[in-house]
Amino acid sequence: MLTFTTPKKSTSKLTLQLLIASVFTIGLAACNDNNKVAEEVVVVAPVTPAMEYSYSITLTNLTYAQPLSPVAVALHGDTKMWQVGQSASVALEKLAEGGDNADFIALTSNMATISSEGPVPPGASVTLDINTTEPMATYLTVATMLVNTNDAFSGLTGVDISTLVLNQEKSWRLNVYDSGTELNNEAVGTIPGPVDGGVGYDSTRDDIDLVGYHSGVVSKDDGLSSSVLTQAHRFDNPAVKLTITRTK
Amino acid sequence: MKVIKQSPIKSALTVLALAFASSTTMAQELSITVTNLTQGLHFTPVITAAHTSDNHIFIASEMASTELQTMAEGGDISGLANMLTNADANLNENPAMGLLAPAMSASFSLTNDSANTHLSLVAMVLPSNDGFVGLDSWKIPEEAGTYTVFLNAYDAGTEANDEIRGSGAPGEAGMPVPPPLDASIGMNGTGVTDMENNNKVHIHRGSLGDDNMTAGKSDINNSVQRWLNPVAKLTITVQ
Repeated sequence: MLTFTTPKKSTSKLTLQLLIASVFTIGLAACNDNNKVAEEVVVVAPVTPAMEYSYSITLTNLTYAQPLSPVAVALHGDTKMWQVGQSASVALEKLAEGGDNADFIALTSNMATISSEGPVPPGASVTLDINTTEPMATYLTVATMLVNTNDAFSGLTGVDISTLVLNQEKSWRLNVYDSGTELNNEAVGTIPGPVDGGVGYDSTRDDIDLVGYHSGVVSKDDGLSSSVLTQAHRFDNPAVKLTITRTK
Repeated sequence: MKVIKQSPIKSALTVLALAFASSTTMAQELSITVTNLTQGLHFTPVITAAHTSDNHIFIASEMASTELQTMAEGGDISGLANMLTNADANLNENPAMGLLAPAMSASFSLTNDSANTHLSLVAMVLPSNDGFVGLDSWKIPEEAGTYTVFLNAYDAGTEANDEIRGSGAPGEAGMPVPPPLDASIGMNGTGVTDMENNNKVHIHRGSLGDDNMTAGKSDINNSVQRWLNPVAKLTITVQ
């Protein structure tokens, strides 16, 4: 199962190795004078450079007219950043209501993170590379908002990727969650996407306050008179295709 | 459905082969969690059964049994429980001790006899006329591990989806409204339709609903009580 490749060595690792090498040299030099000192040095010796893991992540927007907010990708330990039936964190609420992933990316539980530079339009894909030397960073979270909604987001969280071998690929088709933090009234001024340009994050929680699956947008065309959305903004599951490939 | 006829000798051999096959598999211990993924639907008492491969609680594209109809229109699982008990199924009933509220989960254990190789589950979804969440004959893996199955919402095809308050009794129009849902469901709807032209079990087309709690066509709230599939998640751990 294990596949080993020669990792590319960064400058800092080379420096470390040179240091180790010089410790050895000193040790060996000392050996000529005093055997006891030489023995102590041998005990300290075997320091190997940390293994680097790299993944390439490609996300495709499968919707008709729901741009996806900048995509947050995080590697972390065995934890889930949201769960059906639990309240959303404020960081997730900001991502799901306003498409702002800064707090989500900054969470201290994350060991490696990356964000796409901009939104991902319908039909488009984005590929992000993420690297880590942290051996515990074997769980993946990806999150992005469907911006022409009140608080819909898609993604996956806490997925174990430790069994991926080099060049192995894994794919998912992802459903749409509702953060449960904002009422789905689809009203003017509440949708941050291009259809409305309204307010994103609002700290008030006026919905069920439990993460669940989204019921879809209704739109004014289908009987929600207060809605700024049209038939074009409706979506169905799945909304996102995600592929991860281990590249190192 | 295709009916395959076999000669008596061949089917006797098949039975013998099955007997040998089943003797090699032991009863299994299953830990099951059912999660209501929605934010606006309640599930009536859930019934889960491990049964033989030739039994079904429902089959999409076939007519509902009276027992399934009773469950799908009013949430009463007693008829299904009797039918499954008579078929020597292993049962779990009502793990949430009542309604399974939006986004909530219920967990339970189920020990299945070696002949009961397939798992099925149903519960009515509220508000609806005859909508239910269903799993039909999922083959229980022999290998220990944790498995995830996503479930869709079906329509029993036994009642018109008028989407207005009414009865939970089989054959009577309208949706049952148990007390916990009373405040969230509208009234005075004039009815979305009085037709049920597809009388086979099918994937539910979803509710229409409207945004008027005191009038309109539907008593369902369109921005809360619609859904997209899947509506439930099953997490099954085979010990």
